[in-house]
Amino acid sequence: MNIIFNGQVLTLATSEINLTQLLQQQGAQEPFAVAVNQTFVPRSQCDGYQLQAGDSVELLSPIQGG
Amino acid sequence: MALLDKPLTIYGKTLSSRLFIGSALYPSPQVMLDSIEASNASVVTVSLRRQGTVEAGADFWQLIKQTKRDILPNTAGCYNVKEAVTLAQMCREVFQTNWIKLELLGDEYNLQPDPIALLEATRILIADGFEVLPYCTDDLVICQKLVELGCEVLMPWGAPIGTGKGLLNPYNLKVIRERLPNTTLLVDAGLGLPSHACQAMEIGYDAVLLNSAVAQAGDPVMMAKGFAAAVAAGRAGYLAQAMPEKELAKPSTPTLGMPFWHQN
Repeated sequence: MNIIFNGQVLTLATSEINLTQLLQQQGAQEPFAVAVNQTFVPRSQCDGYQLQAGDSVELLSPIQGG
Repeated sequence: MALLDKPLTIYGKTLSSRLFIGSALYPSPQVMLDSIEASNASVVTVSLRRQGTVEAGADFWQLIKQTKRDILPNTAGCYNVKEAVTLAQMCREVFQTNWIKLELLGDEYNLQPDPIALLEATRILIADGFEVLPYCTDDLVICQKLVELGCEVLMPWGAPIGTGKGLLNPYNLKVIRERLPNTTLLVDAGLGLPSHACQAMEIGYDAVLLNSAVAQAGDPVMMAKGFAAAVAAGRAGYLAQAMPEKELAKPSTPTLGMPFWHQN
């Protein structure tokens, strides 16, 4: 299935994948936070968050800010 | 004799400095660290972005932790309530703080905060346990409504972000100070020179937040020192209560006993 990952279309080999698995697959590096379809998903809920086709996942990490 | 002053407190946390400094736009990570040190700031602002599009978040985070400053995450670049609330929640998880510099823009030309969306996002975030530091315009009524929602700290702009123009509307900023005597007020954005920070402090603002003025100076470390001194000078000027302005000249040296005094 296809999802959007950080603004890019990503084709996944399976339609059965949770958020933690996706983050591992994409090499997420600590520290980070994640949102799906513009809704924050706490890390404690990533294991149980089953992704659906078309979901938009944002993986964010610290940067400089003003 | 030293002027008596209370330390600045933000949502119950006592800070050693009245200068907040950003971490962006420096010519190098080392200059950023040196500038933060030279500024004596006790709070550093940071943000969140997609991994892979900027230097590694983990490396940056290690650098910021080295500064041992309090962290103020922002929602820079957000243009609607949903984006800002989501980014604030993500910031809380990454940076482990309830503080959020709530930046919610309404216009791409001057990056002016959207006052209506700002109120809505503030209401949602306060209900969710955040301690909101809203970046807002210098509109008294918006400021009053932010306080009514529970903001203990407000950060009206001095001028549009990154312009370095200083305090474009000192009258508005003074009125906000006078009408909200119990609210902690920072001038955020638009400062370019130490004298701008000094002016903000002289009219009674509790602190200033700046970034580009230091990061984009020819010598950021020297400029950071300049701002630190200006904030202290402005604060002293405020505490000391300035003499009243007069329209006519008045000699400071007594005329009594003046030799060669000629009476008209």
